[in-house]
Amino acid sequence: MNYVALRMLVGDRLKYIALVAGVAFAALLITQQSSIFNGFAQQTGAWIRDTAVADLWVMDEQVQFSEDFKRMPDTALGRVRGIEGVAWAVPMYKSYVACRLPDGTLVQVRVIGLDDTTLAGGPPEMVEGELGDLRRDRAVLMNIDQAGGDLRLGRGKGRPLRVGDHISLNDNNAVVVGSYRATREFFWDPVLYTTYSRALSWAPRERKSLTYVLVKVAQGHAHADVARRIEQVTGLAAHTNVEFERKTMWELITRTGILVNFGVTIALGFVIGVLVAGQTFYTFVLDNVRHFAALKAMGTSDGTILRMLCIQVVTVAGIGYGLGLGAACVTGALFARGGLAFQMSWEIPVCGALAVLACCLAAGFLGMLRVLRIEPAVVFKG
Amino acid sequence: MVAVNDNIAVKCSGVTKTYGTGDARVTALRGVELEVRAGELMMLVGPSGCGKTTLISVIAGILEQDEGECRLFGHDLKHMPQRQRTRYRGKTVGFVFQAFNLLPTLTAAENVAVPLLVNGVSRRDAMDQARAELKKVSLDDRWNSLPSQLSGGQQQRVAIARALVHDPKLIVCDEPTSSLDHQTGHRVMELMRDVAMDEGRSLIIVTHDARIFEFADRIAKMDDGQIEKVVDSPKEL
Repeated sequence: MNYVALRMLVGDRLKYIALVAGVAFAALLITQQSSIFNGFAQQTGAWIRDTAVADLWVMDEQVQFSEDFKRMPDTALGRVRGIEGVAWAVPMYKSYVACRLPDGTLVQVRVIGLDDTTLAGGPPEMVEGELGDLRRDRAVLMNIDQAGGDLRLGRGKGRPLRVGDHISLNDNNAVVVGSYRATREFFWDPVLYTTYSRALSWAPRERKSLTYVLVKVAQGHAHADVARRIEQVTGLAAHTNVEFERKTMWELITRTGILVNFGVTIALGFVIGVLVAGQTFYTFVLDNVRHFAALKAMGTSDGTILRMLCIQVVTVAGIGYGLGLGAACVTGALFARGGLAFQMSWEIPVCGALAVLACCLAAGFLGMLRVLRIEPAVVFKG
Repeated sequence: MVAVNDNIAVKCSGVTKTYGTGDARVTALRGVELEVRAGELMMLVGPSGCGKTTLISVIAGILEQDEGECRLFGHDLKHMPQRQRTRYRGKTVGFVFQAFNLLPTLTAAENVAVPLLVNGVSRRDAMDQARAELKKVSLDDRWNSLPSQLSGGQQQRVAIARALVHDPKLIVCDEPTSSLDHQTGHRVMELMRDVAMDEGRSLIIVTHDARIFEFADRIAKMDDGQIEKVVDSPKEL
């Protein structure tokens, strides 16, 4: 009877296509929007992951996310270094600075100052030059992807910024000595790396100057234990990479309303999926009530009828989901070329499949109830 | 132990059936007494609403009577567990419906194969048997046609083939000729008599169509939920 169920389903081409299209559309919405949401969420912690040279991040306790620059006194570095379990600790400065490109174009950039001695916490992959080039006079490193984007001359219409170009940071001369490649971030302002002392000299004067302390935990000590010890002794916040990444992600998601917006879209996908697939499937069942009644009269058990309906639901859900997922992947690849965040981790197709199957089963459930309640005697009613 | 009289296919005693409640209560059957012999073609006739369809539904085990007893080849279907009753019905009863009730998305052969599939026959064997059955009703060249590609008479022949394919002992037909013109209806009845009236197989046909009464071995006339009389010839009605 499985064969009969499938023939009943695909025999009515228009309804079959409408059913599959409804599910595919719902699947597309669910997986695509979830992947974009995931992409954004992953981007919020991209810089933290790229800077994973250390085990702990120490910061002012009021810092909510990675770009929330609340500074600590310079003395914090010495106090952290003195805590048991700390193998080494280096300072890091991060701030917004006004940058004038060679042709006078003014852009806002983020300057990251690395420890002068170790240059720890630098970019993950150098494209031109070396990290050590930062020791050259007035040197900065630029992001190669941003060089052709926000750092393009002529207010975005001229040539890309190049290695060797002279720029001005808060009216201080600087020279681009190399370029690097980093994971795309949620924040769009260009990032320039330089040394800690140079960054301080270019930045506006402030009483406190230390943004982060990067800490390497000594062997034999648990990261969480050392973090709690730092917090107790200094009164600062200390997070592991994962903790800081999650804190940043959660703060940005809730602060920007992204969670709500995507949640609404994903919920809308569910509702549309349920309504379209549900209504079409229910209509399909209603149209076939007489035939199901005839099958029951001819000796088909309720269990077999249920199995037939389940096969129809699972088939529609499977094909519709496959098409929707495929469409999500194609649009994702196209969007990704345009720079849109799109990251489909394995959980999304799995959870999406369960969600779509649940949608289809819920929709099919009403139809099943109707079919189970049919008296086979209705087949004799003209 | 079921007492089976080999000559009796159906025996109904005091069968009563009521639909609805309160003011909407309608008594469809009022103590029906009826016997259908094995190998007999019995027609149930009577005015609309007299209970013919309700009676064949009870006889075929797709509707439960409120009171009385109805035995099919000695089996009391009312007191059979539902699952067993459904299985028994699938093996023992063949149906021919007024509106044919062919599945529109299945070919003629696939429609005929349905009762075999219901009874657990493999698809390949079921299709082979279905095509053989279609040959008996002279539709072997249309086995791959959809119902919509067949005429009314051809659809009814497919429905007859479907009712016969699993070799049931009883076939119940509800107005099998009402959707057909006189000539086609006559041919369908000839076919039923020739193909369906196998040894020991019984047919119960509900009909309004007086032109086919001549095919009946006996005719039971119903009125107001009761069997008024059972006669051997249409002339006696």
